[in-house]
Amino acid sequence: MTQTQALQEYLLRLADSDMILGQRLCELCGKAPALEEEMALMNTALDLIGQARNWYEYAAELIDDGRDPDKLVFRRDAHDYRNLLLTEQPNEDFAVTMGRQFFFDVWHYFTLNSLTRSSDERIAGIASKALKEATYHLRRSSEWIKRLGDGTEESHRRMQDAVDILWRFTGELITPDDTDHAMAEAGISPDPEPLAQDWRGMVNEVLTQATLAPGAEDAWMYMGGKHGEHTEHLGFILAEMQFLQRAYPDATTW
Amino acid sequence: MPQHGDSASLSALDGLIASDRAPTNARPDLLTKDDIWALLQEVKDPEVPAISVVELGIIRAVHWDGKELTVDVTPTYSGCPATELIEELIVEALHDAGVRNPTINQVLTPAWTTDWITTEGKEKLRAFGIAPPETSSGKMSLLGESAVIACPHCGSNDTERVSEFGSTACKALYRCKECLEPFDYFKCI
Repeated sequence: MTQTQALQEYLLRLADSDMILGQRLCELCGKAPALEEEMALMNTALDLIGQARNWYEYAAELIDDGRDPDKLVFRRDAHDYRNLLLTEQPNEDFAVTMGRQFFFDVWHYFTLNSLTRSSDERIAGIASKALKEATYHLRRSSEWIKRLGDGTEESHRRMQDAVDILWRFTGELITPDDTDHAMAEAGISPDPEPLAQDWRGMVNEVLTQATLAPGAEDAWMYMGGKHGEHTEHLGFILAEMQFLQRAYPDATTW
Repeated sequence: MPQHGDSASLSALDGLIASDRAPTNARPDLLTKDDIWALLQEVKDPEVPAISVVELGIIRAVHWDGKELTVDVTPTYSGCPATELIEELIVEALHDAGVRNPTINQVLTPAWTTDWITTEGKEKLRAFGIAPPETSSGKMSLLGESAVIACPHCGSNDTERVSEFGSTACKALYRCKECLEPFDYFKCI
């Protein structure tokens, strides 16, 4: 793999993870437990989809085969998607929605923080904008984890269940592959080891405050999202998200 | 009353699209850079019409040589849906002043901060009923407790946060415990 191919791959991972989590959150539009919560979830989704567009624009320029960000989003099938498996997991219980958000936000925050110092100026620019938004997301999801974990008997039980359900998808966030190593060596992306330590450190800190138990560090982990091997959920997301563009390709009149 | 489709009602549509309208200024080359800034000062934020795009701090630079104009604009949030509308409004205002085909250059670095909202802009926000952001030196730290936000209606410091996010990405929702009114707070980033 050339450096440019690795960079394209890396950008698609960032873009696809933002996009799929954003789409997942949008499913709660009109269905969130409270009005304020709905606004918060939709604003988070809006930030993520806006960030995805910035990554896609850069990726599209490098791929340079005539596909624009819309085509990358609406005309690729599941095996071409590079999002983290965590982001495609269903909303389920609100505790699962917030647990997924929290695990993602911690990873997102430390990743973007490091990308602001990327040797690639374009990446550093997009990241410095996105980091402010991710910081806000992380503060909010952390508060929810603590409120639910250290809340009533029932909220604690359901939040712990959510942690247990989602834990098997968290290994992928902090387990580097060849692309991650190549990008880190080029100074483009974070060093994998400190990123993993930071992620574990903050997750453990917040879960402890929330009286919740993290999963085992050596637990068996689902991986593959970064290579296009997805859980069955992604296909359903794409079927809904891509329907219009698949049914009416290049539709310009709505 | 003109009937639908007759010439009178069709002519009413003339000029609705900015590029179809005749510019009012025949000598745009006489405009100075300060004139351009003054034009931009008239372009309001579509979500918060109390303040202009200049006061909001999203116009980062104006490059004008009497012929070619480039305006550097930075978005408030990555996904702000008003970004494109704001760009269109800027192009429209400039076009009306005779500046044809200005270039809008989107810049992401340095990232927009609420510190760039001008002092006048902050006062206008308050008068509009939106609590302006604190300066980032007083910014709440990550996971920290929120600072005191004064009610823009009665000035009381006895307020509480209802939601981290308000009606747009740039705002949070608060409630005043003194006058009992809800209000938007322009989030500090």
